[in-house]
Amino acid sequence: MATIVRSDRSRSGWQFLSDWLDRGLPLVGVLVLFGVWWLIAVSGWVNPVLLPTPIATLDTLVRGMFSGTMLPDFWATVLRTFSAFLLAAVIGVPVGVALGSSEKLYRSVEFLIDFFRSTPASALIPMFILFFGISDFSKVVIAAFSALLLIIFNSAYGVMNAKQSRILAAKVMGANHWRIFKDVLLLESLPQTFIGLRSGISIALVIVIVAEMFIGTEQGLGKRIIDAQQILNVQDMYASILVTGFLGYFLNMLFLVLEKRLVHWSGK
Amino acid sequence: MNSPTTLSTIAPPASFISVKNLCKSFAGAPLYQNFNLDLPNNQLVSIFGPNGCGKSTLINMISGLIPCDSGDIQIHGKPIRRARIGYVFQNYRDSMFPWLSAYDNIAYPLRIKGVSDRDCRDRINQLIETFNIRLDLRRYPYSFSGGQQQLVSILRALVANPEVLFLDEPFSALDFETTLFVRDKLQEIFMATGIPMLMVVHNLEEAVFLADTILLLSKRPTHLVEAVPFTLPRPRTPDTLTSPKFIEVSRHCLDIFRQEMRK
Repeated sequence: MATIVRSDRSRSGWQFLSDWLDRGLPLVGVLVLFGVWWLIAVSGWVNPVLLPTPIATLDTLVRGMFSGTMLPDFWATVLRTFSAFLLAAVIGVPVGVALGSSEKLYRSVEFLIDFFRSTPASALIPMFILFFGISDFSKVVIAAFSALLLIIFNSAYGVMNAKQSRILAAKVMGANHWRIFKDVLLLESLPQTFIGLRSGISIALVIVIVAEMFIGTEQGLGKRIIDAQQILNVQDMYASILVTGFLGYFLNMLFLVLEKRLVHWSGK
Repeated sequence: MNSPTTLSTIAPPASFISVKNLCKSFAGAPLYQNFNLDLPNNQLVSIFGPNGCGKSTLINMISGLIPCDSGDIQIHGKPIRRARIGYVFQNYRDSMFPWLSAYDNIAYPLRIKGVSDRDCRDRINQLIETFNIRLDLRRYPYSFSGGQQQLVSILRALVANPEVLFLDEPFSALDFETTLFVRDKLQEIFMATGIPMLMVVHNLEEAVFLADTILLLSKRPTHLVEAVPFTLPRPRTPDTLTSPKFIEVSRHCLDIFRQEMRK
Protein backbone atom coordinates (compact mmCIF):
# COMPACT_ATOMS: atom_id res chain seq x y z
CA MET A 1 0.00 0.00 0.00
CA ALA A 2 2.77 2.39 1.07
CA THR A 3 4.72 1.80 -2.12
CA ILE A 4 1.66 2.59 -4.19
CA VAL A 5 1.21 5.86 -2.38
CA ARG A 6 4.87 6.74 -2.85
CA SER A 7 4.83 5.96 -6.56
CA ASP A 8 1.69 8.09 -6.87
CA ARG A 9 3.37 10.98 -5.19
CA SER A 10 6.51 10.72 -7.27
CA ARG A 11 4.41 10.50 -10.43
CA SER A 12 2.56 13.66 -9.49
CA GLY A 13 5.94 15.26 -8.85
CA TRP A 14 7.04 14.37 -12.38
CA GLN A 15 3.69 15.54 -13.63
CA PHE A 16 4.22 18.89 -11.93
CA LEU A 17 7.70 19.29 -13.36
CA SER A 18 6.65 18.38 -16.91
CA ASP A 19 3.64 20.72 -16.70
CA TRP A 20 5.96 23.47 -15.57
CA LEU A 21 8.38 22.75 -18.42
CA ASP A 22 5.49 22.70 -20.89
CA ARG A 23 4.40 26.11 -19.76
CA GLY A 24 7.96 27.39 -20.17
CA LEU A 25 8.17 26.26 -23.84
CA PRO A 26 7.29 29.68 -25.33
CA LEU A 27 10.32 31.12 -23.49
CA VAL A 28 12.75 28.77 -25.25
CA GLY A 29 12.76 30.77 -28.49
CA VAL A 30 13.24 34.02 -26.58
CA LEU A 31 16.20 32.64 -24.63
CA VAL A 32 17.79 31.25 -27.81
CA LEU A 33 17.39 34.62 -29.56
CA PHE A 34 18.99 36.49 -26.67
CA GLY A 35 21.74 33.88 -26.47
CA VAL A 36 22.60 34.16 -30.18
CA TRP A 37 22.35 37.96 -30.00
CA TRP A 38 24.70 38.02 -27.00
CA LEU A 39 27.19 35.66 -28.69
CA ILE A 40 27.30 37.79 -31.84
CA ALA A 41 27.64 40.99 -29.81
CA VAL A 42 30.56 39.78 -27.67
CA SER A 43 32.32 37.77 -30.39
CA GLY A 44 33.42 40.86 -32.25
CA TRP A 45 31.94 39.63 -35.61
CA VAL A 46 29.85 42.75 -35.73
CA ASN A 47 31.07 46.23 -34.92
CA PRO A 48 30.01 46.85 -31.29
CA VAL A 49 28.86 50.32 -32.34
CA LEU A 50 26.16 48.64 -34.43
CA LEU A 51 25.11 45.90 -32.03
CA PRO A 52 25.07 46.35 -28.25
CA THR A 53 24.57 43.31 -26.00
CA PRO A 54 21.00 42.35 -25.11
CA ILE A 55 21.69 43.20 -21.48
CA ALA A 56 22.79 46.74 -22.33
CA THR A 57 19.72 47.11 -24.56
CA LEU A 58 17.29 45.88 -21.89
CA ASP A 59 19.03 48.14 -19.38
CA THR A 60 18.47 51.14 -21.66
CA LEU A 61 14.85 50.04 -22.14
CA VAL A 62 14.11 49.83 -18.42
CA ARG A 63 15.91 53.08 -17.63
CA GLY A 64 14.17 54.83 -20.52
CA MET A 65 10.74 53.62 -19.50
CA PHE A 66 11.05 54.34 -15.80
CA SER A 67 13.18 57.43 -15.56
CA GLY A 68 14.00 58.72 -18.98
CA THR A 69 12.21 60.18 -21.94
CA MET A 70 10.97 56.96 -23.52
CA LEU A 71 7.71 56.85 -21.61
CA PRO A 72 6.27 60.08 -23.11
CA ASP A 73 7.24 58.81 -26.57
CA PHE A 74 5.52 55.52 -25.79
CA TRP A 75 2.30 57.18 -24.65
CA ALA A 76 2.27 59.54 -27.63
CA THR A 77 2.39 56.56 -29.99
CA VAL A 78 -0.23 54.63 -28.00
CA LEU A 79 -2.54 57.65 -27.99
CA ARG A 80 -2.22 58.16 -31.76
CA THR A 81 -2.76 54.45 -32.45
CA PHE A 82 -5.91 54.30 -30.33
CA SER A 83 -7.32 57.54 -31.73
CA ALA A 84 -6.79 56.24 -35.25
CA PHE A 85 -8.29 52.88 -34.34
CA LEU A 86 -11.35 54.39 -32.66
CA LEU A 87 -11.97 56.72 -35.58
CA ALA A 88 -11.73 53.77 -37.98
CA ALA A 89 -13.90 51.46 -35.87
CA VAL A 90 -16.68 54.01 -35.25
CA ILE A 91 -17.01 54.59 -38.98
CA GLY A 92 -15.91 51.20 -40.30
CA VAL A 93 -18.13 48.75 -38.42
CA PRO A 94 -21.51 50.40 -39.23
CA VAL A 95 -20.46 51.08 -42.84
CA GLY A 96 -19.18 47.51 -43.25
CA VAL A 97 -22.34 45.97 -41.79
CA ALA A 98 -24.51 48.21 -43.97
CA LEU A 99 -22.54 47.34 -47.12
CA GLY A 100 -22.57 43.64 -46.26
CA SER A 101 -26.32 43.49 -45.83
CA SER A 102 -26.85 44.50 -49.44
CA GLU A 103 -24.86 42.40 -51.85
CA LYS A 104 -25.49 44.81 -54.74
CA LEU A 105 -24.21 47.73 -52.70
CA TYR A 106 -21.11 45.84 -51.65
CA ARG A 107 -20.28 44.65 -55.12
CA SER A 108 -20.52 48.20 -56.45
CA VAL A 109 -17.78 49.40 -54.08
CA GLU A 110 -15.86 46.14 -53.78
CA PHE A 111 -13.23 47.13 -56.31
CA LEU A 112 -12.53 50.44 -54.55
CA ILE A 113 -12.16 48.76 -51.18
CA ASP A 114 -9.94 46.00 -52.57
CA PHE A 115 -7.84 48.50 -54.50
CA PHE A 116 -7.13 50.80 -51.57
CA ARG A 117 -6.74 47.84 -49.26
CA SER A 118 -3.98 46.61 -51.54
CA THR A 119 -2.34 50.03 -51.84
CA PRO A 120 0.41 50.37 -49.23
CA ALA A 121 -0.91 53.03 -46.87
CA SER A 122 2.59 54.48 -46.56
CA ALA A 123 2.38 55.40 -50.26
CA LEU A 124 -0.50 57.71 -49.42
CA ILE A 125 1.35 59.63 -46.70
CA PRO A 126 2.54 62.46 -49.01
CA MET A 127 -1.01 62.93 -50.26
CA PHE A 128 -2.36 63.13 -46.73
CA ILE A 129 0.34 65.68 -45.86
CA LEU A 130 -0.92 67.81 -48.74
CA PHE A 131 -4.44 67.73 -47.37
CA PHE A 132 -3.92 67.74 -43.62
CA GLY A 133 -0.44 69.22 -43.24
CA ILE A 134 2.08 67.78 -40.82
CA SER A 135 -0.15 68.06 -37.77
CA ASP A 136 -0.82 65.30 -35.28
CA PHE A 137 -4.27 64.96 -36.79
CA SER A 138 -2.69 64.14 -40.12
CA LYS A 139 -0.86 61.11 -38.70
CA VAL A 140 -4.02 59.87 -37.01
CA VAL A 141 -6.03 60.24 -40.21
CA ILE A 142 -3.55 58.27 -42.30
CA ALA A 143 -3.48 55.41 -39.79
CA ALA A 144 -7.27 55.53 -39.43
CA PHE A 145 -7.70 55.34 -43.20
CA SER A 146 -5.67 52.16 -43.53
CA ALA A 147 -7.40 50.53 -40.56
CA LEU A 148 -10.80 51.65 -41.85
CA LEU A 149 -10.59 49.63 -45.06
CA LEU A 150 -9.66 46.45 -43.20
CA ILE A 151 -12.51 46.94 -40.74
CA ILE A 152 -15.09 47.68 -43.44
CA PHE A 153 -13.98 44.71 -45.48
CA ASN A 154 -14.14 42.26 -42.59
CA SER A 155 -17.46 43.49 -41.17
CA ALA A 156 -19.03 43.34 -44.61
CA TYR A 157 -17.80 39.79 -45.16
CA GLY A 158 -18.99 38.78 -41.71
CA VAL A 159 -22.51 39.85 -42.63
CA MET A 160 -22.39 38.36 -46.12
CA ASN A 161 -21.16 34.99 -44.86
CA ALA A 162 -23.84 34.72 -42.17
CA LYS A 163 -25.18 31.16 -41.91
CA GLN A 164 -28.11 30.94 -44.28
CA SER A 165 -29.85 28.42 -42.02
CA ARG A 166 -29.91 30.89 -39.10
CA ILE A 167 -31.48 33.53 -41.30
CA LEU A 168 -34.05 30.96 -42.45
CA ALA A 169 -34.68 29.93 -38.85
CA ALA A 170 -35.38 33.55 -37.86
CA LYS A 171 -37.59 33.96 -40.92
CA VAL A 172 -39.67 30.87 -40.22
CA MET A 173 -40.15 32.10 -36.63
CA GLY A 174 -41.68 35.25 -38.06
CA ALA A 175 -38.80 37.75 -37.84
CA ASN A 176 -39.04 40.72 -40.22
CA HIS A 177 -36.08 42.22 -42.12
CA TRP A 178 -35.09 44.58 -39.33
CA ARG A 179 -35.15 41.87 -36.68
CA ILE A 180 -33.16 39.51 -38.88
CA PHE A 181 -30.60 42.26 -39.34
CA LYS A 182 -30.41 43.18 -35.65
CA ASP A 183 -30.80 39.73 -34.07
CA VAL A 184 -28.97 37.56 -36.58
CA LEU A 185 -26.79 39.35 -39.14
CA LEU A 186 -25.15 41.75 -36.71
CA LEU A 187 -24.21 38.99 -34.28
CA GLU A 188 -23.23 36.56 -37.01
CA SER A 189 -20.75 39.15 -38.28
CA LEU A 190 -19.09 39.70 -34.88
CA PRO A 191 -16.38 37.00 -35.11
CA GLN A 192 -15.27 38.34 -38.50
CA THR A 193 -15.63 41.95 -37.32
CA PHE A 194 -13.23 41.19 -34.49
CA ILE A 195 -10.69 39.89 -36.97
CA GLY A 196 -11.03 43.23 -38.77
CA LEU A 197 -10.62 45.19 -35.54
CA ARG A 198 -7.56 43.20 -34.55
CA SER A 199 -5.85 43.62 -37.92
CA GLY A 200 -7.03 47.25 -37.90
CA ILE A 201 -5.22 48.17 -34.72
CA SER A 202 -2.08 46.35 -35.91
CA ILE A 203 -1.95 48.29 -39.16
CA ALA A 204 -2.77 51.51 -37.30
CA LEU A 205 0.32 51.00 -35.14
CA VAL A 206 2.48 50.31 -38.22
CA ILE A 207 1.30 53.43 -39.99
CA VAL A 208 1.59 55.63 -36.88
CA ILE A 209 5.25 54.57 -36.48
CA VAL A 210 5.98 55.20 -40.18
CA ALA A 211 4.20 58.55 -40.07
CA GLU A 212 6.15 59.59 -36.99
CA MET A 213 9.39 58.81 -38.80
CA PHE A 214 8.35 60.34 -42.09
CA ILE A 215 6.33 63.41 -41.08
CA GLY A 216 8.21 64.10 -37.88
CA THR A 217 6.77 64.92 -34.50
CA GLU A 218 7.75 66.16 -31.05
CA GLN A 219 7.16 62.79 -29.38
CA GLY A 220 6.60 59.25 -30.56
CA LEU A 221 8.46 55.95 -30.83
CA GLY A 222 8.87 56.23 -34.60
CA LYS A 223 10.57 59.59 -34.24
CA ARG A 224 12.69 58.23 -31.39
CA ILE A 225 13.91 55.26 -33.44
CA ILE A 226 14.93 57.37 -36.44
CA ASP A 227 16.59 59.99 -34.21
CA ALA A 228 18.55 57.34 -32.30
CA GLN A 229 19.72 55.86 -35.59
CA GLN A 230 20.82 59.27 -36.92
CA ILE A 231 23.10 59.91 -33.95
CA LEU A 232 24.19 56.25 -33.72
CA ASN A 233 22.63 55.83 -30.29
CA VAL A 234 22.10 52.17 -31.11
CA GLN A 235 21.20 51.03 -27.60
CA ASP A 236 18.28 53.42 -27.59
CA MET A 237 17.33 52.42 -31.12
CA TYR A 238 17.16 48.72 -30.25
CA ALA A 239 15.37 49.44 -27.00
CA SER A 240 12.76 51.54 -28.83
CA ILE A 241 12.29 48.85 -31.46
CA LEU A 242 11.69 46.31 -28.68
CA VAL A 243 9.11 48.64 -27.12
CA THR A 244 7.18 48.88 -30.40
CA GLY A 245 7.30 45.09 -30.56
CA PHE A 246 5.89 44.76 -27.05
CA LEU A 247 3.22 47.31 -27.89
CA GLY A 248 2.14 45.46 -31.03
CA TYR A 249 2.13 42.12 -29.25
CA PHE A 250 0.04 43.36 -26.34
CA LEU A 251 -2.46 45.13 -28.57
CA ASN A 252 -2.97 41.86 -30.40
CA MET A 253 -3.33 39.95 -27.12
CA LEU A 254 -5.78 42.53 -25.79
CA PHE A 255 -8.04 42.00 -28.77
CA LEU A 256 -7.76 38.23 -28.60
CA VAL A 257 -8.86 38.32 -24.95
CA LEU A 258 -11.70 40.75 -25.71
CA GLU A 259 -12.77 38.54 -28.59
CA LYS A 260 -12.86 35.46 -26.41
CA ARG A 261 -14.99 37.30 -23.87
CA LEU A 262 -17.43 38.99 -26.22
CA VAL A 263 -17.69 36.40 -29.00
CA HIS A 264 -17.81 33.37 -26.71
CA TRP A 265 -19.43 31.23 -29.40
CA SER A 266 -16.71 31.77 -32.00
CA GLY A 267 -15.45 28.45 -33.37
CA LYS A 268 -17.98 26.40 -31.41
CA MET B 1 -60.00 22.94 -60.43
CA ASN B 2 -59.91 19.37 -61.61
CA SER B 3 -57.11 18.10 -59.48
CA PRO B 4 -57.05 14.41 -58.69
CA THR B 5 -56.44 14.07 -54.99
CA THR B 6 -54.11 11.37 -53.92
CA LEU B 7 -55.05 10.49 -50.38
CA SER B 8 -58.64 11.53 -49.96
CA THR B 9 -61.05 14.10 -51.23
CA ILE B 10 -61.98 15.42 -47.81
CA ALA B 11 -61.97 19.19 -47.78
CA PRO B 12 -59.93 21.16 -45.24
CA PRO B 13 -59.72 21.58 -42.30
CA ALA B 14 -59.96 17.79 -42.03
CA SER B 15 -56.53 17.78 -43.61
CA PHE B 16 -53.73 19.68 -41.97
CA ILE B 17 -51.87 20.12 -45.20
CA SER B 18 -53.33 20.31 -48.64
CA VAL B 19 -51.21 20.80 -51.75
CA LYS B 20 -52.74 21.29 -55.19
CA ASN B 21 -50.99 21.34 -58.57
CA LEU B 22 -47.61 22.17 -57.10
CA CYS B 23 -44.90 22.83 -59.68
CA LYS B 24 -41.24 23.47 -59.04
CA SER B 25 -38.23 23.20 -61.27
CA PHE B 26 -34.55 23.87 -60.70
CA ALA B 27 -32.51 25.28 -63.59
CA GLY B 28 -35.13 24.15 -66.08
CA ALA B 29 -35.30 20.58 -64.77
CA PRO B 30 -38.75 19.85 -63.34
CA LEU B 31 -38.72 18.50 -59.78
CA TYR B 32 -42.45 18.62 -59.08
CA GLN B 33 -45.14 18.72 -61.76
CA ASN B 34 -48.77 19.07 -60.68
CA PHE B 35 -48.04 17.47 -57.35
CA ASN B 36 -51.02 16.92 -55.07
CA LEU B 37 -51.15 15.99 -51.44
CA ASP B 38 -53.74 15.88 -48.66
CA LEU B 39 -52.62 14.88 -45.22
CA PRO B 40 -55.31 13.81 -42.75
CA ASN B 41 -55.40 15.87 -39.59
CA ASN B 42 -53.81 14.88 -36.26
CA GLN B 43 -51.27 12.62 -37.89
CA LEU B 44 -47.56 12.25 -37.78
CA VAL B 45 -46.53 11.87 -41.41
CA SER B 46 -43.06 10.98 -42.57
CA ILE B 47 -41.63 11.46 -46.03
CA PHE B 48 -39.25 8.89 -47.47
CA GLY B 49 -37.74 8.62 -50.91
CA PRO B 50 -34.54 8.31 -52.93
CA ASN B 51 -31.75 10.86 -52.77
CA GLY B 52 -32.37 14.03 -54.69
CA CYS B 53 -36.11 13.49 -55.04
CA GLY B 54 -36.76 16.73 -53.21
CA LYS B 55 -38.02 15.60 -49.81
CA SER B 56 -36.58 18.64 -48.06
CA THR B 57 -37.60 20.90 -50.93
CA LEU B 58 -41.18 19.70 -50.47
CA ILE B 59 -41.42 20.55 -46.77
CA ASN B 60 -39.54 23.79 -47.35
CA MET B 61 -42.17 24.79 -49.90
CA ILE B 62 -45.04 23.68 -47.69
CA SER B 63 -43.59 25.61 -44.75
CA GLY B 64 -43.01 28.67 -46.93
CA LEU B 65 -39.21 28.72 -46.60
CA ILE B 66 -38.74 28.57 -50.35
CA PRO B 67 -41.23 29.66 -53.01
CA CYS B 68 -42.90 27.25 -55.41
CA ASP B 69 -43.27 28.04 -59.11
CA SER B 70 -47.02 27.54 -59.09
CA GLY B 71 -49.72 25.71 -57.17
CA ASP B 72 -51.71 26.16 -54.03
CA ILE B 73 -50.61 25.15 -50.55
CA GLN B 74 -52.88 25.38 -47.54
CA ILE B 75 -52.29 24.63 -43.89
CA HIS B 76 -55.49 23.94 -42.00
CA GLY B 77 -57.36 25.56 -44.86
CA LYS B 78 -55.34 28.78 -44.65
CA PRO B 79 -52.55 30.13 -46.82
CA ILE B 80 -49.08 29.47 -45.38
CA ARG B 81 -48.55 33.09 -44.37
CA ARG B 82 -51.45 33.01 -41.95
CA ALA B 83 -50.63 29.66 -40.36
CA ARG B 84 -48.54 29.28 -37.20
CA ILE B 85 -45.80 26.84 -38.03
CA GLY B 86 -42.89 25.34 -36.15
CA TYR B 87 -39.81 24.13 -37.99
CA VAL B 88 -37.01 21.90 -36.74
CA PHE B 89 -33.89 22.07 -38.86
CA GLN B 90 -31.60 19.19 -39.72
CA ASN B 91 -28.55 20.94 -38.38
CA TYR B 92 -29.28 22.23 -34.89
CA ARG B 93 -25.79 23.72 -34.70
CA ASP B 94 -26.44 26.09 -37.59
CA SER B 95 -30.02 26.92 -36.75
CA MET B 96 -29.72 27.83 -33.06
CA PHE B 97 -28.40 31.25 -32.07
CA PRO B 98 -25.13 30.55 -30.24
CA TRP B 99 -25.02 34.06 -28.77
CA LEU B 100 -28.24 33.42 -26.85
CA SER B 101 -28.67 31.05 -23.93
CA ALA B 102 -30.83 27.96 -24.51
CA TYR B 103 -33.63 29.75 -22.66
CA ASP B 104 -33.43 32.84 -24.88
CA ASN B 105 -33.29 30.63 -27.95
CA ILE B 106 -36.53 28.94 -26.93
CA ALA B 107 -38.10 32.29 -26.05
CA TYR B 108 -37.10 33.93 -29.34
CA PRO B 109 -40.28 33.13 -31.34
CA LEU B 110 -42.35 34.58 -28.49
CA ARG B 111 -40.19 37.71 -28.25
CA ILE B 112 -40.69 38.32 -31.98
CA LYS B 113 -44.43 38.26 -31.36
CA GLY B 114 -43.99 40.81 -28.57
CA VAL B 115 -44.91 38.48 -25.72
CA SER B 116 -43.93 39.89 -22.31
CA ASP B 117 -40.99 38.43 -20.35
CA ARG B 118 -43.36 37.11 -17.75
CA ASP B 119 -45.59 35.29 -20.22
CA CYS B 120 -42.50 33.89 -21.92
CA ARG B 121 -41.33 32.47 -18.62
CA ASP B 122 -44.72 30.94 -17.88
CA ARG B 123 -44.95 29.35 -21.30
CA ILE B 124 -41.43 27.93 -21.20
CA ASN B 125 -41.91 26.59 -17.68
CA GLN B 126 -45.08 24.93 -18.86
CA LEU B 127 -43.24 23.30 -21.77
CA ILE B 128 -40.46 22.11 -19.50
CA GLU B 129 -42.89 20.55 -17.07
CA THR B 130 -45.07 18.95 -19.73
CA PHE B 131 -42.16 17.25 -21.41
CA ASN B 132 -40.10 16.65 -18.33
CA ILE B 133 -37.02 18.47 -19.59
CA ARG B 134 -34.05 18.41 -17.23
CA LEU B 135 -31.62 20.87 -18.77
CA ASP B 136 -30.01 23.98 -17.35
CA LEU B 137 -31.41 26.40 -19.91
CA ARG B 138 -29.15 29.24 -18.76
CA ARG B 139 -26.29 27.54 -20.60
CA TYR B 140 -25.40 28.29 -24.19
CA PRO B 141 -26.57 25.82 -26.87
CA TYR B 142 -23.04 24.76 -27.84
CA SER B 143 -22.41 23.51 -24.31
CA PHE B 144 -25.06 20.79 -24.69
CA SER B 145 -24.74 17.42 -26.41
CA GLY B 146 -26.14 17.02 -29.91
CA GLY B 147 -29.33 15.34 -28.74
CA GLN B 148 -29.94 18.00 -26.09
CA GLN B 149 -29.40 20.75 -28.66
CA GLN B 150 -31.89 19.16 -31.02
CA LEU B 151 -34.33 18.87 -28.10
CA VAL B 152 -33.88 22.59 -27.38
CA SER B 153 -34.55 23.39 -31.03
CA ILE B 154 -37.71 21.24 -30.91
CA LEU B 155 -38.84 23.21 -27.84
CA ARG B 156 -38.14 26.44 -29.72
CA ALA B 157 -40.32 25.21 -32.57
CA LEU B 158 -43.11 24.31 -30.14
CA VAL B 159 -43.08 27.38 -27.91
CA ALA B 160 -45.39 29.53 -30.01
CA ASN B 161 -48.13 26.87 -30.17
CA PRO B 162 -47.74 25.89 -33.81
CA GLU B 163 -50.60 24.36 -35.79
CA VAL B 164 -48.10 22.19 -37.65
CA LEU B 165 -44.59 21.06 -36.86
CA PHE B 166 -42.16 20.50 -39.73
CA LEU B 167 -39.04 18.45 -39.13
CA ASP B 168 -36.29 18.24 -41.74
CA GLU B 169 -34.23 15.11 -41.06
CA PRO B 170 -34.23 15.81 -37.32
CA PHE B 171 -32.11 12.75 -36.49
CA SER B 172 -29.55 12.80 -39.28
CA ALA B 173 -26.98 14.87 -37.38
CA LEU B 174 -27.30 12.69 -34.27
CA ASP B 175 -25.59 9.47 -33.27
CA PHE B 176 -27.64 6.33 -32.65
CA GLU B 177 -27.97 6.73 -28.89
CA THR B 178 -29.17 10.33 -29.04
CA THR B 179 -31.45 9.49 -31.94
CA LEU B 180 -33.30 7.08 -29.64
CA PHE B 181 -33.53 9.77 -26.95
CA VAL B 182 -34.84 12.50 -29.28
CA ARG B 183 -37.20 10.02 -30.99
CA ASP B 184 -38.78 9.08 -27.66
CA LYS B 185 -39.11 12.73 -26.68
CA LEU B 186 -40.71 13.53 -30.02
CA GLN B 187 -43.24 10.73 -29.57
CA GLU B 188 -43.98 12.00 -26.06
CA ILE B 189 -44.53 15.50 -27.45
CA PHE B 190 -46.78 14.23 -30.22
CA MET B 191 -48.88 12.19 -27.80
CA ALA B 192 -49.21 15.09 -25.37
CA THR B 193 -49.98 17.87 -27.84
CA GLY B 194 -51.48 16.14 -30.87
CA ILE B 195 -49.82 18.73 -33.09
CA PRO B 196 -49.73 17.28 -36.60
CA MET B 197 -46.18 16.75 -37.80
CA LEU B 198 -44.59 16.40 -41.19
CA MET B 199 -41.14 14.91 -41.03
CA VAL B 200 -38.48 14.17 -43.65
CA VAL B 201 -36.34 11.15 -42.81
CA HIS B 202 -33.55 9.39 -44.65
CA ASN B 203 -33.78 6.11 -42.80
CA LEU B 204 -36.63 3.68 -43.39
CA GLU B 205 -36.83 2.43 -39.79
CA GLU B 206 -37.19 5.98 -38.53
CA ALA B 207 -39.71 6.78 -41.24
CA VAL B 208 -41.96 3.92 -40.12
CA PHE B 209 -41.38 3.88 -36.37
CA LEU B 210 -43.09 7.13 -35.39
CA ALA B 211 -45.44 7.66 -38.29
CA ASP B 212 -49.17 7.25 -38.87
CA THR B 213 -48.59 7.59 -42.57
CA ILE B 214 -45.41 7.08 -44.60
CA LEU B 215 -45.28 8.99 -47.86
CA LEU B 216 -43.12 7.17 -50.40
CA LEU B 217 -41.82 9.45 -53.13
CA SER B 218 -40.46 8.49 -56.54
CA LYS B 219 -37.32 9.63 -58.32
CA ARG B 220 -37.60 13.00 -60.03
CA PRO B 221 -39.81 14.31 -61.48
CA THR B 222 -41.25 13.43 -58.13
CA HIS B 223 -44.67 12.00 -57.53
CA LEU B 224 -46.28 10.23 -54.60
CA VAL B 225 -45.93 6.48 -55.11
CA GLU B 226 -47.94 5.42 -52.10
CA ALA B 227 -49.12 6.70 -48.74
CA VAL B 228 -48.62 3.72 -46.46
CA PRO B 229 -50.61 3.70 -43.21
CA PHE B 230 -49.04 2.37 -40.03
CA THR B 231 -51.65 2.12 -37.33
CA LEU B 232 -49.91 0.53 -34.35
CA PRO B 233 -51.01 2.26 -31.12
CA ARG B 234 -48.64 4.55 -29.20
CA PRO B 235 -46.42 4.65 -27.27
CA ARG B 236 -44.23 2.66 -29.58
CA THR B 237 -41.30 1.03 -27.86
CA PRO B 238 -38.20 -0.95 -28.85
CA ASP B 239 -40.54 -3.96 -28.97
CA THR B 240 -42.40 -2.25 -31.79
CA LEU B 241 -39.34 -2.79 -33.97
CA THR B 242 -39.84 -6.56 -33.82
CA SER B 243 -43.62 -6.62 -34.02
CA PRO B 244 -45.09 -8.38 -37.11
CA LYS B 245 -47.02 -5.28 -38.13
CA PHE B 246 -43.89 -3.09 -38.10
CA ILE B 247 -41.92 -5.66 -40.08
CA GLU B 248 -44.74 -6.04 -42.59
CA VAL B 249 -45.06 -2.29 -43.18
CA SER B 250 -41.29 -1.80 -43.35
CA ARG B 251 -40.94 -4.60 -45.88
CA HIS B 252 -43.75 -3.21 -47.97
CA CYS B 253 -42.10 0.24 -47.96
CA LEU B 254 -38.74 -1.27 -48.84
CA ASP B 255 -40.25 -3.23 -51.74
CA ILE B 256 -41.80 -0.11 -53.19
CA PHE B 257 -38.58 1.83 -52.67
CA ARG B 258 -36.53 -0.79 -54.51
CA GLN B 259 -39.07 -0.96 -57.32
CA GLU B 260 -38.76 2.81 -57.70
CA MET B 261 -34.97 2.64 -57.72
CA ARG B 262 -35.05 0.11 -60.58
CA LYS B 263 -37.16 2.36 -62.77
